Amino acid sequence: MELLIVLIPALPLAGFLFAVLVGPRLDRVPVHGHAEHGEESHADAAHGDAGAADHDAVDESGFRPIPSEEEQAATSPHAGHADDLANSNGADGVIPPELNDGLGQAGHVTEDGPQPVYRSWIVPVGLVGLSWIFSMFVFAGVVFGGNEYHVTLYEWIGSGDFRIDIAFTVDSLTAMLLLVVSTVGLLVHVYSIGYMNRDRGFWRFFAYLNLFMFSMLLLILGDNFLLLYVGWEAVGLCSYLLIGYWYKKPSAAGAAKKAFVVNRIGDFGFGLGVILIWVNLGTLSFREVFEQIGTLEGGTVTLIALLLFAGAVGKSAQFPLHVWLPDAMEGPTPVSALIHAATMVNAGVYLVARANPIFAESPAAMWVVAGIGVFTAIFAAAIALTQNDIKKVLAYSTVSQLAYMFFALGIGAWVAAIFHLVSHGFFKGLLFMGSGSVIHGAAGEQDIRFLGGMRERMRWTYRTMVVGSLALAGIPIFAGFFSKDEILAEAFNRGYYLFYVIGVVVAFMTAFYTFRMIYLTFHGRWRGGRDVFRQIHESAPTMVAPLVILAVPTILAGLLLGIPPEGGLIHGWLEEVFAHSEAAGVLPGSLAAGEHHGFELLGIGGLLLLVGASAGAAGIWLAYRWYVLDPEAPKRFVQRIPFGLGPGMYAASVNKYYVDDVYQLVFARGGVLLANALWWFDAKVIDGAVNGIAWIAQRLGGLLRKVQTGRVENYGLGMAAGLVLVLIAYLVIRP
Amino acid sequence: MGLASYLIVSTLLFGIGAFGFLARRNAILMLISIELMLNSVNLSLVAFNAYIPEAQNAGALFALLVMAVAAAEATVGLALVIAIIRTRQTAEVDAYSDLKE
Repeated sequence: MELLIVLIPALPLAGFLFAVLVGPRLDRVPVHGHAEHGEESHADAAHGDAGAADHDAVDESGFRPIPSEEEQAATSPHAGHADDLANSNGADGVIPPELNDGLGQAGHVTEDGPQPVYRSWIVPVGLVGLSWIFSMFVFAGVVFGGNEYHVTLYEWIGSGDFRIDIAFTVDSLTAMLLLVVSTVGLLVHVYSIGYMNRDRGFWRFFAYLNLFMFSMLLLILGDNFLLLYVGWEAVGLCSYLLIGYWYKKPSAAGAAKKAFVVNRIGDFGFGLGVILIWVNLGTLSFREVFEQIGTLEGGTVTLIALLLFAGAVGKSAQFPLHVWLPDAMEGPTPVSALIHAATMVNAGVYLVARANPIFAESPAAMWVVAGIGVFTAIFAAAIALTQNDIKKVLAYSTVSQLAYMFFALGIGAWVAAIFHLVSHGFFKGLLFMGSGSVIHGAAGEQDIRFLGGMRERMRWTYRTMVVGSLALAGIPIFAGFFSKDEILAEAFNRGYYLFYVIGVVVAFMTAFYTFRMIYLTFHGRWRGGRDVFRQIHESAPTMVAPLVILAVPTILAGLLLGIPPEGGLIHGWLEEVFAHSEAAGVLPGSLAAGEHHGFELLGIGGLLLLVGASAGAAGIWLAYRWYVLDPEAPKRFVQRIPFGLGPGMYAASVNKYYVDDVYQLVFARGGVLLANALWWFDAKVIDGAVNGIAWIAQRLGGLLRKVQTGRVENYGLGMAAGLVLVLIAYLVIRP
Repeated sequence: MGLASYLIVSTLLFGIGAFGFLARRNAILMLISIELMLNSVNLSLVAFNAYIPEAQNAGALFALLVMAVAAAEATVGLALVIAIIRTRQTAEVDAYSDLKE
């Protein structure tokens, strides 16, 4: 079993190395703008546009267009869309040829190998698949076998007292994460085979993806804070690389930079927190830290907890560091599904859950976590209401749902938070991959105002996305219902009534914006270009299959793990991890503090369940009324808001409550102003002092140069005078 | 006759040399004036050597050293001066003012 645990992260690392070293040789991709092909290559840049006029030119340029509709659908969802994409803003899935760069792959297409070939996915995906199988073994061993595994590979750093092992630990918390990361990771890999087809950086994509899997697995398997930190930074790097995957697109490069910089702010806090732990306790191993954390005084513990939470806020995109996640949607959609929905952004939740003994020691830190969580939940949901980009809706929804988890962590509902993490990982991964399928089918159109009526053309995408949306909206039997209602019930039982009310409102908003997206995308009439509509088709099997597979846990995870509420299977599994933090965050006078004996269907519990489900149903009903029955209703509603605030509120929501603009003004403009001020200081004061000294020296030298007459007798006279002066001085001083 | 008279002669020689060096415009004569000053110093050195036994011939040794230096200086100096005279066709130092500021 030890070997399996080591292999879980090692296999993706091997896949990464393989993809980097061998991958470029395995793909033969179209070379656009190649010197020899000249004009023909540009014609072919439309990815085998089926137009007859292009036919010959394409043949000559070295690779044939895909002949039939079926095969086109099966092998190349991009076919024929390049022209549309070049115009559409934020095109995703297919990249205009001038942006499509395989990093020096020119020359791989030779005269005798005209057909593009993509083989670099085989080994990376295979290794991730193997890693998934091992993960499932380990998961079963931990969860069903009740084991806990520790593997120490070797001593990584041994410097005086500072001793860090490369060691892995798998307890039930790690096992839950392992389940999500490995499963969604594998499915995203499979999905990417279809999605990234015809992208010239094919092998590069799989290399990054595998590196990410390695980093993420390292993060969750690590046995100490430093190893966690290494994984933490590595996933950040992978996130940067993958957001900026189409690095020739300025918006993508900018988004990558933004994600990296914003994450650094949080990571800096995390790093300080780790250092503070070491300084105070002299160890970084989880077990030892948690055993000794009680010996520290309250202020230090609070500071450590808040610093760790700063890292979580950055990585999990909570207010005020949430701004990077929506922009990160510039990356390819599989990346959004894997990193920015299902796995990496959960790292913050994992960190707080893992460090639960630290947080449990500090009520102040718990309040901060819960407060940030509740505020971000409603804040992000309020932005998602009006977003028009399908991926942005999902991105803000992710921020909001992650905030839900933090809210749960902050009130001490540890298990509920992890439960929501697991179910959210599945259904949000599903929704993102579904949105990628939609974008693919609609030739890169991401704006839901210009989509519509796609359910006839994309049946499986539609079905699976509705399943995912029902889960997100919290409709009974779907996974999201159980996990979300558990959080709400815990909030109520533990006495956080205000938080509970906000949570219910957020649930309503979530259902509304989710189904607004669904109705605008799949129902009604097509509102985009007519030529695009003709080309809408179901995506390739490698893309649809992961959707269908993910729909299964989206439906079943809640039923299997969450029944009965507040006492389901997952509680039994995770009990041990959170054993000594169970009482944290319970307000005095609440149900949990008194006589709360778990869930009763015909009691408070059943009532709460009903309220949660009704909030979701009401949201869906409102979305149906507004976006299917009566599309004019939202406008009328905006007009009816008193004092004419409607349009302003709408504009504020569309513009993300101007957080980006404020940051732009304060940090970007402020930074420029500060830099200008410093520049002025440098140019005028520092350089002024240096130049001033030089100026004085020059002036003095100017006076002295008169002496340099070039006449020997003058010099001689000078020497003689000097001699006389010395003599006189000697005579004057000596007596 | 005593140490004083040697020193007076030496001082006179030094003064003549210094004056010659400052007043003359001919490069060769200026070199000769320098030699005069060096020799005046030599004279005072050997005079001190003769009148102060505790010096243990240090004065004479110094005089020898000065003579060696003077010989070297005269050689180099003369060579330079002759080279300049050849190129400039004049021994007047006023003409050698190219290195003024």
